[in-house]
Amino acid sequence: MEQRTYKKSIFKKIKNDRYKTYTHLFLIAGLLITITPFFWMVLTSLKTLGESTMVPPKLFPELPQWSNYLEVQNTLPFMKFYLNTFVYTFVRTIGQLLFCSMAGYAFARLEFPFKNAIFVVMLSILMIPGQTFLLPQFMIIAKLKLTNTITALVLPGLFSAFGTFLMKQFFMQIPKELEEAAILDGCNHFQIYSRIMMPIVKPGLTALAITCILDSWNQLMWPLIVNTSIDKMTLSAGLASLKGEHFINYPVNMAGAVLAVLPMIVIFIIFQKQFIEGLSHTGSKG
Amino acid sequence: MDESTIITKRKLPKKRIKSEHLWAYLLILPTVLGLAIFYVGAFIQNLFYSFTDLGSFGSWSFIGLDNYKRIFSDPEVGKTLSNTFEYVLLSVPLTIFVSIVLAVLLNSKIKGIGFYRTLYFLPAVTMPAAVAMVWKWLFNGNFGLINVMLGKIGIDGPAWIADPNFAMIALVIVAVWMGVGFNMIILLAGLQGIPRSYYEAASIDGASPIHQFFKITLPLLSPSIFFVMIMSLIKAFQIFDIIFLMIGKTSLAIEETKSIVYLFYKYAFEWHDKGYAAAISIVIFFIIMLVTIVQLKLQKKWVNY
Repeated sequence: MEQRTYKKSIFKKIKNDRYKTYTHLFLIAGLLITITPFFWMVLTSLKTLGESTMVPPKLFPELPQWSNYLEVQNTLPFMKFYLNTFVYTFVRTIGQLLFCSMAGYAFARLEFPFKNAIFVVMLSILMIPGQTFLLPQFMIIAKLKLTNTITALVLPGLFSAFGTFLMKQFFMQIPKELEEAAILDGCNHFQIYSRIMMPIVKPGLTALAITCILDSWNQLMWPLIVNTSIDKMTLSAGLASLKGEHFINYPVNMAGAVLAVLPMIVIFIIFQKQFIEGLSHTGSKG
Repeated sequence: MDESTIITKRKLPKKRIKSEHLWAYLLILPTVLGLAIFYVGAFIQNLFYSFTDLGSFGSWSFIGLDNYKRIFSDPEVGKTLSNTFEYVLLSVPLTIFVSIVLAVLLNSKIKGIGFYRTLYFLPAVTMPAAVAMVWKWLFNGNFGLINVMLGKIGIDGPAWIADPNFAMIALVIVAVWMGVGFNMIILLAGLQGIPRSYYEAASIDGASPIHQFFKITLPLLSPSIFFVMIMSLIKAFQIFDIIFLMIGKTSLAIEETKSIVYLFYKYAFEWHDKGYAAAISIVIFFIIMLVTIVQLKLQKKWVNY
């Protein structure tokens, strides 16, 4: 009897190990497909034009052509793109964190006339595709003579129905006793919001910040529309202008692509725990 | 003395309620104002434009339903809609299928799981403009890595994004590559919410892992799958970036790949036929609304809450 269970568990272990091996093999195969474009991007960015179009292709460049990275900066003002994208992402994210948390707190914790009506209108914005806002948004910006400014990039995206909804969900989880105690201590609602509630909803703020940073950094259509002058472009729109219809110097283009994606990838690798938790939150709460 | 305290006690709640209202309005003011101007107001304005012949110089006249009539007789609208549907029907199920498989595998207890998760998520944080550029290069008919690899196993690869018959497939491949990461994270969070004890009980009863997947994992994961599906559908219907970036305006393949949002962009910001573009955007709005409503109705049949 004892012999048999021992045998059985050994058999089970072997079977289990085999599953693990298959899982690894499958995951590695998938990984190759996932990361090959990144490798190819970096390798191509270091090749000469001749090397990049060799058949059969050479995997590694004879001599890494770091000059491609200089050349792409001669073609396009990359430092300006960085600065524009950074300022746009930063201002928009700070703005959303502030405005969405303020409104989210009010919707979650305070009573006021027309609360439900306002909230329902806000929710309906979530269901409308962005294209239906785009033309009037552009015309408002044009009318204010703001095209080709960072303000134009930031302005409509400073306000977010999604972000407000997300923050409201986080504020709602906080127990009522906490603010009752604060009111007895003589705090007003702004103090409750800023001193007591904000530190508690940090996971919500992180989730919102990550969604907003990712969206701003990678956004294409809006920057493409409002900022057409080259020194006010974002990385995304700048790269789009590099696509060229006829002759394409791939190594130089790839150098541009590497420069554009590198900051986000570095940030992601440093803050990956926050990224993954934050995005899971938007899934379960949004 | 006594009287005055009674009065203040009675007045205080009222005062407090008033101050609560005031604070609430102050706190929602920036968001409500911003949303009212740039979203709610913009939507109404856009609806209004769709009944006009607004062009690039801001002069317009009211033309009733003409834009909508034009949409129904415009073959380009039909073509872009069928391209969009083709893209949605190919990319969404494929992305979700791959995401589920990956999420399940990445939920197992094996070595290096964090490493796998990080790398699989990488495409999701990568800028579409750069992604398009790299894939364009990979899909290059003559020097692209994909055709070189295909050549090694004796297949003469097509010109992909330059070939009207293959460009859509190329777009779908890129979409799956980009879309899997985000879905995977959401599904993984869903999987981690399934109690381990269910699987242990099933194991004791002798259920095979495949049986367990269909009887435990899939039903309990269905709310997450539903969420991922709604998000993917809405996003896929608005496909624009990779078409705009990968397929040139002058390419033969644009006929077979241009989407309805691409058409909107063209009329709104290249041809400055803004009234017509506004009408197209309203059509996009209704289609997405319809698809979402159908999904919400269908969910009762397969989603377990």
